[in-house]
Amino acid sequence: MSAVTSPITAPVTTEEKVEHHYLNHSSGFLSWALTLDHKRIGMMYLAGILFAFFLGGVFALAIRFHLWNPNKDPDLALFTNQTYNRIFTLHGAIMVFLFIIPSVPAALGNFLLPIMLGTKDVAFPRLNLSSFYLWVIGFIFFSFTLATSGIDTGWTFYTPYSIETTSSVTPATFGVFILGFSSIFTGLNFIVTINTMRPPGMTWFRMPLFLWAVYATSIIQVLATPVLGITVLLLAMERLIGIGIFDPALNGDPVTFQHFFWFYSHPAVYIMILPAMGIISELMSVHSHKGIFGYRMIAYSSIAIALFGFLVWGHHMFTAGMSDITTIVFSALTFTVSIPSAIKVFNWVGTMYQGTVAINTPMVYALSFLFLFTIGGLTGLFLGALSVDMHLHDTYFVVAHFHYVMMGGTLVAFVGGLFHWWPKMTGKMFNDAAGILSGVIVFIGFNLTFLPQFVLGTRGMPRRYASYVEEFQELHRLSTIGAATLGVGLLVAGIVLLHSLFYGKKAPKNPWGGATLEWECSSPPPHDNFSSPPSVGDPYDFSKIEYDGKSGGYVKK
Amino acid sequence: MNMSILADIQEGFWFPKAASSFADRVDFLYFAILWICVIFFVPIVAAMIYFTYKYRQRPGYRGSTEALHNNTIEVTWTVVPTLIVVWIFWEGAAGYLEMSRVPDDTLDINVYAQKWNWSFKYKENGGESNILYVPVNQNIKLIMQSKDVLHSFFVPAFRAKRDVVPGRYTYMWFRPTVEGVYDLFCTEYCGDSHSNMITKVHVVSEEKYKAQLAEMVKEPEDIIERGKWFYQRKACMSCHYAGEIGAKGPGPNYNGSWGKPVKLSDGTEVIFDEQYVLNSIRNPGSQKRAGYENASAMPAYSKSDLKDEQVDAIIAFIQSLKDAKP
Repeated sequence: MSAVTSPITAPVTTEEKVEHHYLNHSSGFLSWALTLDHKRIGMMYLAGILFAFFLGGVFALAIRFHLWNPNKDPDLALFTNQTYNRIFTLHGAIMVFLFIIPSVPAALGNFLLPIMLGTKDVAFPRLNLSSFYLWVIGFIFFSFTLATSGIDTGWTFYTPYSIETTSSVTPATFGVFILGFSSIFTGLNFIVTINTMRPPGMTWFRMPLFLWAVYATSIIQVLATPVLGITVLLLAMERLIGIGIFDPALNGDPVTFQHFFWFYSHPAVYIMILPAMGIISELMSVHSHKGIFGYRMIAYSSIAIALFGFLVWGHHMFTAGMSDITTIVFSALTFTVSIPSAIKVFNWVGTMYQGTVAINTPMVYALSFLFLFTIGGLTGLFLGALSVDMHLHDTYFVVAHFHYVMMGGTLVAFVGGLFHWWPKMTGKMFNDAAGILSGVIVFIGFNLTFLPQFVLGTRGMPRRYASYVEEFQELHRLSTIGAATLGVGLLVAGIVLLHSLFYGKKAPKNPWGGATLEWECSSPPPHDNFSSPPSVGDPYDFSKIEYDGKSGGYVKK
Repeated sequence: MNMSILADIQEGFWFPKAASSFADRVDFLYFAILWICVIFFVPIVAAMIYFTYKYRQRPGYRGSTEALHNNTIEVTWTVVPTLIVVWIFWEGAAGYLEMSRVPDDTLDINVYAQKWNWSFKYKENGGESNILYVPVNQNIKLIMQSKDVLHSFFVPAFRAKRDVVPGRYTYMWFRPTVEGVYDLFCTEYCGDSHSNMITKVHVVSEEKYKAQLAEMVKEPEDIIERGKWFYQRKACMSCHYAGEIGAKGPGPNYNGSWGKPVKLSDGTEVIFDEQYVLNSIRNPGSQKRAGYENASAMPAYSKSDLKDEQVDAIIAFIQSLKDAKP
């Protein structure tokens, strides 16, 4: 299709004959199920993780509605304690393992990475497809626990409770093990693709920042996930044959489990947030039509976060009884992560300076991210400070903090990115006003849900409580109202996207005025992405990109 | 009394009452960080909103497209936050050391955590209670053990928390400064009734503390009353409802059970009698009730946990509830 060497192609209009693209390249169930096309795999991942997100979201609402009342009398509560514990465990496990970790890399990353590199596909297309099927198998294991006795350990599987509980911990650990391999395969694939398949002229520092972020993420996925695999396997062995590593009754040490678990799960936090930061770097620059402020600092800070992220797992265990010196060292290391994160925020805001800021759905989500992620990051300072953490540890303050980072950060960035690349992925434009409305409702609902939880935590409300002391009721109710609002906002976003599939206008090649390579192929991209290798320029050079009224998009002048 | 007038015990919007010697330092650092956050957050958001408005896309306006880069600014916004977090770290670590270094002159209390009950044993006279009694203005050291899974001892009013880990001792200390009754929570998820693992700390005067200790060792004379006394102290009440006290589940209700047939999960039936109660205490898995297969397992009580005559008293207590409404 679009010859990128001569960028001034005729604008694509709806009257044109049916064009050839990846969605109509072939048809039938098997053409999807056995596809090696990174775009189709990305779309299948997208459908899968959105379904997982829906499930996790339903559980989240169930949690919030249960906590509408203090539930001092279990007979009057919405759920029994047992059911509540299963619900919050599945909420966490599904959101972490089935949604957030694969969300940006596996869905958006799969679709975009080869196109941003101007190549036809990832380095190992078959590995890519197998990673998707591993995700599906992992999902099936989780559904199995749901269908049987559930799982009630919390997503953290802390021993010895996870050893003695009668719920389906073993299938869940196998699910996590398999999902881990899915994640490793994706990471490995991306590292090799970025290292070996960059087009001539795309040096490391001409790479879009989204790719820097995905690259840093992939390094963590490959290095940290095996530890999770080992940990859950040891846990399964402990349950099945009693090997006595974690079980105090067999002279094991439960705190060892926490070290093993967080050695993966803390870096995993950066698996979740780094790609979201990559999305924000793209969104802020494209929608401000301005080169990103401090490109190199953002790129370096991604790598710095990935490396420091390996050294701070102990801050999940400040009250677990580690030695004083260990505790203090982990606190010091924890603060080092705050600096590269802060730099990124400053750079994103600086990018808008003197630019041309478009107010559209992706930008509304990006601005919402800046607001929410800044709160998420700053509240980390309270938890990193040891004496204050002694009070806040394992309270709702922590819950609010990580939801501001994981949901206000990653999810909001993911939805923003989804709106941003939706025209590219589907070839359809969505209703922008309704999209902005969804962003505003999500923003209000989110803050209403989680701001009260900071106060709850400071006042002493512990996490994972199915019932609570009456004095916390007002704040819990505010939070529940917020959660319902948030649900409505996300529902609106979903409707806007679905609506566009059927009634959306045809998307132009470059609807936002981006300068990275994905905007140089048609929307949706043809099966081979590019007919000839595109010429590589500065990914943030917007000087030659002009709005073109005829096509409704931007073209290179 | 004077102390409570001098000390700032006003409940604020953020914190519960400050009732220990740690509270001032923790609250000070908390509010210091809160202000640091405000000082960073407000300009960031203000700049965001101002730039969005000032440089908004509109007909006839076109901003610059050139990527900016300014070493002075970038170094400044790297170095200044670094210095600030170094201070936060320092103050936090200093406060932490104060909390973790137990002073020499302490009153020691043993803490036993189990699903879902706190038990406190006092060295002075071997008294035991489920409510923690401590004398005001004395250094209290807790020597903590868990009988089953992880728990965590947390008193928000004291700003103090420490996990209780099975297989090892953990220690913590505090000095309560204001008399009163405060919530004591378990903050490490420990299964079904985690949220019921709540008790109170009574900070009392030296005299009242002595009186409470004396009270604790007085077992009731009447066997039924004694059974109820053990029911409350040996964690039975954290799972079994009896009379009008105790938790409604996850274990079976005592009311109206005595003498009735009990369906077991293997299909057989036994009578709820002395032998059944004894089996259920000494070897709880052996005669599991139908319908409780997925309930959290009850821990076994050995003869050192619960003596035979104590079991007899509990049996008498259950027997007395024969006609109670379930």
